[in-house]
Amino acid sequence: MKNKIYSSFDEAVADIQDGATFMSPGFSGVGVPRNLLAALHRQGARNLTGISNNCGTLDEKIDVGTVIESGQVKKMFAAFTSPTHPSQISPFVRMYNDGEIEAETVPQGTLAERIRAAASGIGAFYTPASVGTELAEGKEHREINGRTYVLEYPLHADFAFIRAWRADTFGNLQFRLTQRNFNPIMAMAAKITIVEVEDDIVPVGDLDPDKVHVPGVYVNRLVRIPPDGIFD
Amino acid sequence: MAEEKPKLQRQAMCDRLAMEFQDDWIVNLGVGMPTLCSNYVDPTKDLIFHSENGVIGYGPLAPPGEEDKHLVNAGGQNVIALPGMAIVHHADSFALIRGGMVDVTVMGAYEVAENGDFANWRIPNRKGGGIGGAMDLAACAKQVFIAMEHTTRDGKPRMLKRCALPITAPGVVTLVATDLGLFKVTPQGFELLENAPGWSPEEIQELTEAELIISSDLKEFRFRD
Repeated sequence: MKNKIYSSFDEAVADIQDGATFMSPGFSGVGVPRNLLAALHRQGARNLTGISNNCGTLDEKIDVGTVIESGQVKKMFAAFTSPTHPSQISPFVRMYNDGEIEAETVPQGTLAERIRAAASGIGAFYTPASVGTELAEGKEHREINGRTYVLEYPLHADFAFIRAWRADTFGNLQFRLTQRNFNPIMAMAAKITIVEVEDDIVPVGDLDPDKVHVPGVYVNRLVRIPPDGIFD
Repeated sequence: MAEEKPKLQRQAMCDRLAMEFQDDWIVNLGVGMPTLCSNYVDPTKDLIFHSENGVIGYGPLAPPGEEDKHLVNAGGQNVIALPGMAIVHHADSFALIRGGMVDVTVMGAYEVAENGDFANWRIPNRKGGGIGGAMDLAACAKQVFIAMEHTTRDGKPRMLKRCALPITAPGVVTLVATDLGLFKVTPQGFELLENAPGWSPEEIQELTEAELIISSDLKEFRFRD
C-alpha cells in the first residue's frame, strides 16, 4: 500500500504552486486545518484562490485569514465577505475594500452544494437560495414546478486542507461532532487532499467501515498533529 | 419624549417569538439576538434545534467546565449534546434546509418591509456581505420570524414600505418582534398584534414608516409566565 503519511506539514504542502486553488473548511473555529494553513503561510505560494466559509476571524489564531493577510490570495469564494458586525475590520475586509483582493459572496448552502457538486460530477444545479436578491442578478433563472431557481456551478480545487479527528493509514477519516462541517465535501472535491489528524492515525482495519465519514480513496496525504502542533 | 420610555428587552422579544413555536417543530436560530429564543422553555412542546453547521437536536448552552470544543452552534457557542442528537456535514445540513424540513428560522434584520421582504446581510458603503446561511434559510424555511429593534440607533424606522438595503429574500417574513411590539405580515401590510406596555399604537406608528394595521384584537405584549 502506498504510504500517505508525511512527517511534516511543510513536506505535505511543498508542491503547492503559485496560482493554485485551495479549499479550507471550518465553522466558528471548529474543524479548521490550522497546521496546514500555517505551513502554506511558511511555504509562500502566491496568487492563490481560496474557497472557505469565511475569510478569517479577528482572533489571533491561524486560519485562512493568515494567508490572506500575507498577500498570498488573489480571490476568495466565501459566505462571509464582510464582518458579521460592521465594527469588525479584519485584514480581509480592509484589503477587499481597498481593491487588493477579489471575492465572490456565496450563500452558505450554495457554497456547500457547489463543493458537493464538484465532488459528485454534477455539471450545475438549480437552487432557490438568493432568488430575488442582488446575488442572483445575471444568473440563469428557471421556473420548475412553479418555483423559481438560479443556476449555480461547481467549485473545484487543486488542494483541500482537512482537519480530521482520526484516520487510518489508508486515509479513511472520522470527524468529531461539528468538526465535520465542510471537511468531508472538501476532501472529496479537490484533486489533492491533505489531512491533519488530531487524535491518531491507526492501522488499516482498525476503523469500523460503517463509521468512516470520508473513504480513504479521496485522501492523498496525512500528517498527525505533533504534540507541539495546533490542536484547537 | 416618547423615545425615552422603556422598551421591551431582547429576551422578552425572543420569548414572545418562541411562544409561537409549535410541538415537534424544527427550529433554526440565527446568530445574535435570536439565540435567546432557546432560553424560553415550554415543557409541553418538543422542539428540535437545528444549526447550519450540521447539528440536529442540540441542547442549551454548555455551562462553564462542560464545553466540548468540537460542539458549537451557528454562533460558535458551545452547546450541550442532547440524547438523539445527530451530526451531518455542511451539504447535508443545507439539504435539510432547502428540502423544507425547517419549520421556522428566527433571524435578526436591519430592515423589514410590509411586503415581507427583509434585509440582513449587506450594509451600505462596504463591499461584500455577511450572508452565512441566511439566504438559504430565508428562501426555504416554512416561516421566517424576525427579532430586531424597532428603530436604528439614530431613531430611523426599520419597519418600512420597501427595503432600502439589498434584501436577503423577497416576501418571506411572517412575524416580527421588536422592542415596541409584535407584528404579523399580512397581504395588506404589517398588523400590530401586541403593543409594548406604555406604548400606544399611535406612538408605535410614529416610529414606523409603513402604515400599520391595528389589530381588531389588539393586546398588550405577552411576557413569559
